[in-house]
Amino acid sequence: MTENDQSSTTASRISTYMLTIVLIILALSIMALLFAVSAFVVGDQVVAGYLLIIGFITMGLSTYLLLQSRKRVANLKIEAPKIMTTIECIKCGLKSVREFQRGDYVYKELDKCQKCDDKMTITAIYKEVKEKEKTYNV
Amino acid sequence: MAFIPSGDVISQIIYAASILLFVVFMLYGQRIQMYVMIREVEASLYKLKFIKEEGRKIAIETIKEIGKPQTDPSARVDRYLEYFTISPQSMDPAGIVYKLDHILDVRDTRLKDEVKIMAPGSDEVQVNNLENTLEAAMALNFIYKVVRHYYIQGKKTLSLYVIMQLQMILPLVMKEAEAYASALKAFAYGQPIGDGAGPLVAAKLMHGYETRKLPKDCVVATVPIEGRTAFIIKAEGPGGNVGKPGDAVQTIIEENEGKIANVIMIDAGLKLEGEGVGEVAEGIGAAIGGPGVDQYKIEETLVKYHIPINAVIIKEDIGDAVSPMRKEISDSADKVIERVKNVILERTKEGDKVIIVGVGNTIGIGQ
Repeated sequence: MTENDQSSTTASRISTYMLTIVLIILALSIMALLFAVSAFVVGDQVVAGYLLIIGFITMGLSTYLLLQSRKRVANLKIEAPKIMTTIECIKCGLKSVREFQRGDYVYKELDKCQKCDDKMTITAIYKEVKEKEKTYNV
Repeated sequence: MAFIPSGDVISQIIYAASILLFVVFMLYGQRIQMYVMIREVEASLYKLKFIKEEGRKIAIETIKEIGKPQTDPSARVDRYLEYFTISPQSMDPAGIVYKLDHILDVRDTRLKDEVKIMAPGSDEVQVNNLENTLEAAMALNFIYKVVRHYYIQGKKTLSLYVIMQLQMILPLVMKEAEAYASALKAFAYGQPIGDGAGPLVAAKLMHGYETRKLPKDCVVATVPIEGRTAFIIKAEGPGGNVGKPGDAVQTIIEENEGKIANVIMIDAGLKLEGEGVGEVAEGIGAAIGGPGVDQYKIEETLVKYHIPINAVIIKEDIGDAVSPMRKEISDSADKVIERVKNVILERTKEGDKVIIVGVGNTIGIGQ
């Protein structure tokens, strides 16, 4: 068994384990709600109230667990940011921005400028960070 | 029972349960806390494992794509990821810098040779980029192994303090690992990274002027600035390379018989929380990171010839330093040039010679 196979087995084992816990809690919460209904029918309103509370709390808990595990899976991604390349004609100042292409580097000379026939040059390669950093008023 | 109040059954059950809970927390509170911490570490370890595997995958894919190897490079990559470097003995510290320098040279040559064997179809620039990609994958592999070591040790010994220490530094470790993860693709594609702020400024200053090679893996251009002669030094781009600015500065100073009025070093500097990315600051001293060999060589030569040294840094955090260059950092290059010109005007006379060094990884930055 290779290391990759082992890691995928571990991943599936963790998710099955989580899913089992969530399903058990969910089943218990449904049972508590059913008991609450039967207690209410019998006329034992105090017990019905307690069972309702327990049922809703456990149902909330299982939903939370499910959401947390989904969030963890969603977090396991390496995001590739959008990289932009600025191309400029140093002679006439004509400027354009396009997405980064493999082989681009700062001060690489490209095709001729449409305006003045001089060579276009890559003057900057950068990523734009869209989300604003949280500021603390201190 | 005296402890349980009279009343309906439900109240009695709740009362008994709360007492039981109190006793359980009193006796096993620390253990419960430890299990919570272990779960937290486990989740991070799982993420680290994913990042590490991704790093390995990206490295292998890039080697296959660029290097066009005849055989599958996976086994060789796995061996590469396990490489280690033993630092020289420091019981008698005299001469340790040159011993360390030698070890680092041997390491660099060995790793480059390995990359050339793995990717025979790649040129010099691509070899440098692949080496950087593999080094990022190597760093991720190392982080994962160290965290796993302390996690297993903590679980084996059930020591709260081992687990607690690990859990406390984990956010910083994860931040570093995520930074290396985003560096992987930047290195694989040859994109400039935040650490390249120094070489970017140097490239802006030397662009259009003739360059010549300097030892080791550096280039220099002689540029007139404000009536002075400036020797602009940077690592040779656009491949992933930091060069050896220590040797380069030494060479230029020796060539000019020590007649240098000022040395100005430009580098990316770690920002403190609350400071803005791309902020520029000025100071004194050799602005250069790494194992310290280059800093030592620069300082040694400056002391020999009594040359003053100034530094300009561009602030960024560790994540920005190894991930694709942010726009704020790229834009700050012009501000740095203004500061450098101010330093030259204030600290030197017309006709003087100055050295300006752009320190950092020049990946994706030509000259």
